[in-house]
Amino acid sequence: MQTPIATGRSVTGIPTGRLAVWWIVGSEIVIFGGLLMYYLMLRHKYDFWAESSEHTNTAAGALNTFILLTSSLFIVLAHYYAERKDHIKSFKFIWFTIAGGLGFLCVKSIEWTNEIMHGYTITSQLFWSFYYTAAGIHAVHVIAGMVIMGIISFDVLRQKNMHRVELIGIYWHFVDIVWIFLFPLLYIAK
Amino acid sequence: MAEHVKHEDHHGPEFYIKIWALLLVLLVISVVGPMFGHRILTLITAFGIAIVKALIVAGWFMHLKTEKKYIWYMLMTMLLMVFMFFLGTASDAMKADGNNWTNEAAHKLIEQHKGSTGEAHKP
Amino acid sequence: MIFWFAMPVLIAAFGNFLIPLMIGCDDMVFPRINRLSFEIFFLSVVILIASFLVPGGGFGGAWTAYPPLSAKAEYNLTPWGSSLWLLAVALEFVAFLLGGINFITTLMNSRAKGMKYTDIPIVLWMIVIASILFMASVGPLIAGAIMLLFDQMLGTGFFDPARGGDPVLWQHLFWFFGHPEVYVVLLPAMGIVAEVITTFSRKKLFAYKTVLFTTIATGVLSFFVWAHHQFIAGIDPRMANIFTVTTVLISIPIAEMLFVYIATLYGGSIRFTTAMLFALAFLATFLIGGVTGIFLGASGADIYFHDTYFVLAHFHYTFVPIAVIAVYAGIYYWFPKMFGRFMNEFWGKVHFWGTVIPFNTIFMPLFFTGAAGDHRRIFSHSNFPDLATPGLINLRILATVSVIVLIVFQLPFFINMFYSMFRGAKAGRNPWNANTLEWVAASPPPHGNFEVLPEVYRGPYEFSVPGRAQDFWPQNEKA
Repeated sequence: MQTPIATGRSVTGIPTGRLAVWWIVGSEIVIFGGLLMYYLMLRHKYDFWAESSEHTNTAAGALNTFILLTSSLFIVLAHYYAERKDHIKSFKFIWFTIAGGLGFLCVKSIEWTNEIMHGYTITSQLFWSFYYTAAGIHAVHVIAGMVIMGIISFDVLRQKNMHRVELIGIYWHFVDIVWIFLFPLLYIAK
Repeated sequence: MAEHVKHEDHHGPEFYIKIWALLLVLLVISVVGPMFGHRILTLITAFGIAIVKALIVAGWFMHLKTEKKYIWYMLMTMLLMVFMFFLGTASDAMKADGNNWTNEAAHKLIEQHKGSTGEAHKP
Repeated sequence: MIFWFAMPVLIAAFGNFLIPLMIGCDDMVFPRINRLSFEIFFLSVVILIASFLVPGGGFGGAWTAYPPLSAKAEYNLTPWGSSLWLLAVALEFVAFLLGGINFITTLMNSRAKGMKYTDIPIVLWMIVIASILFMASVGPLIAGAIMLLFDQMLGTGFFDPARGGDPVLWQHLFWFFGHPEVYVVLLPAMGIVAEVITTFSRKKLFAYKTVLFTTIATGVLSFFVWAHHQFIAGIDPRMANIFTVTTVLISIPIAEMLFVYIATLYGGSIRFTTAMLFALAFLATFLIGGVTGIFLGASGADIYFHDTYFVLAHFHYTFVPIAVIAVYAGIYYWFPKMFGRFMNEFWGKVHFWGTVIPFNTIFMPLFFTGAAGDHRRIFSHSNFPDLATPGLINLRILATVSVIVLIVFQLPFFINMFYSMFRGAKAGRNPWNANTLEWVAASPPPHGNFEVLPEVYRGPYEFSVPGRAQDFWPQNEKA
């Protein structure tokens, strides 16, 4: 279908797609923020959660942080190459980012399997309910990001819609930032 | 829609790699922090560094530094709403006693769980 | 009713119709995301209706879904219905978030050449500010809804005190959204009324910038009042004090806007079309709704009034003007643009009186029964001797009969609407002689809206400008 003239206009000076992605990030801030505030309040009330959180795997969490930070680097580079119209390199770096996402999910799966085998399930204690819910919603966002990146990468290969690399990049960085806060919350500040 | 302001592109790949290296250093500091055992130090390294890392990713990776100012204001406003929620709710949810009330269920739970680590049990 | 009637009509329907037309562009900036948001919304409707057909029936926990009632099927007796309802609400939130982003981006970026921020018709500002309010407030509730869904389906204890959760937290999560939500629906309604009033009094909006800033102030303030829904839930009394002050404060900007509207009417050349009648009725009835909110906003009085029919009467005196009266004003006003034909004025007026009078005779008595002690959500008050007095019973009968009358008088509206779509008197491009850009397009607008995309030279309310032969001055006319 024809892109409407409306989409090309830019009275604010910001391209429409980017403006929209910033608003999406804004709305997600309140969603994750609400969830994290809930956790903070109850964590303060129930100091005994400290004993449970001893059992989160800090090494896995740190590894995941490293993986996500690196994948953020890759998507920035993908955007850099997209701007230079180097669609091959951009495509490659998008897939490195997706690989990063996959790595994150793998580490998480192993980590969670281990924890569930030890009996720390989503219903065992409220700390764990929160832990799985927050990281789970985050993981859903990771998966969504990966899927969208995959779709965009094929457009990029055909040199179409290269501006979208930046847009999915902004989203992916936001997902990374959420993890930057989840990591100390669940793994460090015990 | 591919107009990009020229001055955004003057950072080459090396610049971004440097930022990434900085982020990794901060990650290491935040992991090492708890090993000193001081609660305040842990909180500062964990959350303080988280805030710094987030600002770095937002500013440089997301190009927020070169974006129009009001995007930043919009995001800060959303964050402000999150804190508003916290402020309005905290006095009810954050403690298990108040000046004239106690939360019996919470106290019972705290007593029950002294020493347990949350393995699955029948509720 | 709020989620599946007020919001879809006021924001989604009017927003999608008006925004591209009034800012002079051919479509929303993301037409496919727009369609996706409709499809998600449609799915949410299907799920909601399905929830009535499952074993146990529809959700038994009220729209506020307070746990533990809403979390445990053993209490609410609707195991399937509760999860389906929550899922429908969650999907609807996603649909409105997507749609809202479309609206905000379109308004910010796609305006016609020459249209400054202060040339935008007020109704569009209202719809977009409402979308922003929605976006900033719904986050904690989405988090909460997921937690409640897990409580229902997985047996987690997020809101179960025995497991460490806190039901009051749900209330906060819900009302942090719930209060801005009512402004989300109020603002578009006030916007529609502004458009109708200016056109049919042939006068400029009394104070455009004031209305704009007051609306923003209302939006901001609306985030600071939510716990007035929880005064008797056992919240911290210090918080109750603060929320009382903010709640009473928020009546000020709304009152200011009503004053601006009245000042707009003053000295105008008023034409009592059906749309105008509904807009005027909005002002009168919403005023009653607003002032009765003050009783409820004061925590002391609320201790008595909470969960009585007084609350119900208050919010129907606000919601019905918003979702029914203002919507009818909008439909009668923009119908010629949508279908190229007029609705019948005589039946419109019959519909008007048949709606507004019964509406008042339904809900005015409920203030009195509520003040006498009628509790909400109780099937019958016949077991309460104090409430079974003849006086009160008669009031209830009056209200019930009026409901039937009200429903009957909606028939002329539907017949009028469907008949006029095909056989109504033909309307031209600008039948009301208004200024805003939607009246430049053909009636009904073709695909792409405008043959030539317009440019804007002045504000939207240039009526009765001294020295001009015509009493209106379209935004796109050169000079």
